[in-house]
Amino acid sequence: MDLLQFVIERYNYWIFIVLMMTGLYTVIARGNLVKKIIGLNIFQTSVFIYYISIGKVRGGTAPIYVPGDMEARTDHHGHHGDDHHDDHDGDHGADKHGDDHHSDAHSETPDGDAHDNLHEGAANALPAASDVTHHAPTDVADHSGAANPPLTSAPSDDSHGDGVELHVADNVDHGDHGGHGDAYGGELVAEVLYSNPLPHVLILTAIVVGVATTAVGLALAVRIREAYGTIEEDELETADNIAEFGKADPRNGATASGGAA
Amino acid sequence: MDFLAQLPVLPIIVPMVAAPFCLLMPAGRIPYVWATIVSGLTFLLCAMLLHLVVVEGTISYALGDWAPPIGIEYRIDLANALVLTLVSLVAALVIPFSYASITSEIDPRQTNLFYGAMLICMVGLLGVTITGDAFNVFVFLEISSLATYALVALGGAVDRRALTAAFNYLVMGTLGATFFVIGIGLLYQSTGTLNMADLRVQMGDEANHMLEAGFAFILVGIGLKAALFPMHLWLPNAYAYAPSAVSAFIAAASTKVAVYVLIRFTYSVYGADFAFIGNLFDFVLLPLALAGMFFASLVAVFQEDVKRMLAYSSVGQIGYMLLGLSIGTEAGVQAAFIHIFNHGLMKAALFMSIACVMLRLKVHTCAGFHGLASRMPFTAGAFIISGLSLIGVPLTVGFVSKWYLLQAAFDAGKPIIGFLIVASSLIAVVYVGRIIELILLRPAPSAGPLANPIKEAPISMLVPLWIMTAANVYLGVRTDLTAGLAERAAASLMGGI
Repeated sequence: MDLLQFVIERYNYWIFIVLMMTGLYTVIARGNLVKKIIGLNIFQTSVFIYYISIGKVRGGTAPIYVPGDMEARTDHHGHHGDDHHDDHDGDHGADKHGDDHHSDAHSETPDGDAHDNLHEGAANALPAASDVTHHAPTDVADHSGAANPPLTSAPSDDSHGDGVELHVADNVDHGDHGGHGDAYGGELVAEVLYSNPLPHVLILTAIVVGVATTAVGLALAVRIREAYGTIEEDELETADNIAEFGKADPRNGATASGGAA
Repeated sequence: MDFLAQLPVLPIIVPMVAAPFCLLMPAGRIPYVWATIVSGLTFLLCAMLLHLVVVEGTISYALGDWAPPIGIEYRIDLANALVLTLVSLVAALVIPFSYASITSEIDPRQTNLFYGAMLICMVGLLGVTITGDAFNVFVFLEISSLATYALVALGGAVDRRALTAAFNYLVMGTLGATFFVIGIGLLYQSTGTLNMADLRVQMGDEANHMLEAGFAFILVGIGLKAALFPMHLWLPNAYAYAPSAVSAFIAAASTKVAVYVLIRFTYSVYGADFAFIGNLFDFVLLPLALAGMFFASLVAVFQEDVKRMLAYSSVGQIGYMLLGLSIGTEAGVQAAFIHIFNHGLMKAALFMSIACVMLRLKVHTCAGFHGLASRMPFTAGAFIISGLSLIGVPLTVGFVSKWYLLQAAFDAGKPIIGFLIVASSLIAVVYVGRIIELILLRPAPSAGPLANPIKEAPISMLVPLWIMTAANVYLGVRTDLTAGLAERAAASLMGGI
């Protein structure tokens, strides 16, 4: 039972692992170069999903500045979150309540609040990752608490808002940034709970890298097809062996049946 | 704008902006001259940075004025200033060297693309070295790797096996980079930061499974990029079939940078106080490094293709660097840094002399080296001197590396490792000696396609080749230069940042 819960609580990691192994298996087991590249792509994509899932804060909205009636927007996104987390409805309500509470605290002492969140997160995350019997709250955000101190941002500040809030949350030891928090804290009107934007940004970069790798890999496959007339790995090997040793396989001396085009 | 204040970012910005201009130029001499100027300038900037770091200590540069740890930080201490200088030095010599060699080995219409890719590759390697941000390492690693895949594939004009070699390199390299990213993700998840210095602070001294798994992923990922022994399968073919000038550059620079990244993560990010790192080094890295030294060197002995032989030798030499790291003492890390630098110099010189042979004889097999001393005396001389350096003969840089490595092994109370280092050096005597024997003692072929009278390589190739060879000897005599810098670099790494 504990094991089952352990598995279900971490469903995002299981998805990541299954995808990753699928990709890796394809790269290793398939002889077709294009299939290898696609396997590589799946492998990379699984890592993107891992990054994005650790950046998710339950009930948090996309890290985009939301103008206007904040309360309405927050509710809307809250419902959106419910659709995806049906099994945690009860938790969710409680959490939202908690968040409201945090908001109040935040408007008074924003720096200290972030500090607390980080500590709670850190306390949760480390045992949860290693301890089977630990019944942590069952959502993604809590497992990865240290990476995701719930980010809150004042709607009234400008584009620097996210950066500054992140700064406060991530760097509780750097006391010199507290001033920023206070400065913005004074302008708080209402609050939106944001998902951690940083993994998204990182993955945006990684996606570009992945696309470039895929493109170069496929281009190479095209060139290999022009030069060898095939993109099957064993046929390529046969062709190379014939070029080098004059026979298909230097070990048993078998003659080539094809692929020497 | 204050020039000095912006200096740390210039070695990245200048070639990165300059590289795309190569695509706008017609193929031929213009992109060659352009790339030569840019790489020379980059070397000057890196040398200034090294000087500045030696005089003033560690430099921290906040990119876009976003203070670290939020913004990306370029953090230059002695360790990476040394590697920066190596990479830019090799580029600044290989690019001027490359013109005659490249025009004969690739489609002449592609020379502008070649120089563009070369500059991008250099930017990537410099960026990996200079950055203080863990994720930025991945981005630059992939920039340099993508350029390298394309550069290796350019060899397809001479030998189509370059294409499959580039493809295998791409698959392995991408797997490595992705493993590295998973490791970074685990680090980020457990600490909430990506800045290396801040990672060290947030990590504390308490090990947990996430940090351990993160290190394992980073070790495997970087091990693939660095061709750590059982993960080296992409390397021999990539080096053997790439255009000769490309082999010279990537053999000298790219795997060294990967080893540097491993050292940086071990000491600057993890701090090396964790017991699991010690265990990992003692029971995994050390045996693999030793196995690589012996296995790869033995395979090198039986290679008919000289480039392939040197490629296997590179795998063995990576073993020496990782051995220095896995000894785990300050002297060991110092030896690793000395060998990173020195091995770059010797492999660059060796591959450059093979490029000269390739230009005149169109082969890079043993057959081309028969009687080379009488046919191409300058090329043969450079090959012999840098070959002796590879073995570790006194008065060359190779000797300095081996000396410090041996000293580190004996100081750490591991004399058996010391003996194994000497034993594997003896294998190097066999595989280098074999070629030197061909060069000096065998008569030049009297019949067949290789018998035609040949000229010495052009002066534009001989000058960079001999500068590199001279560096092998000069730094082998003036040991205090590299060893002194490496000692301070190791001390600053081991003492935390």
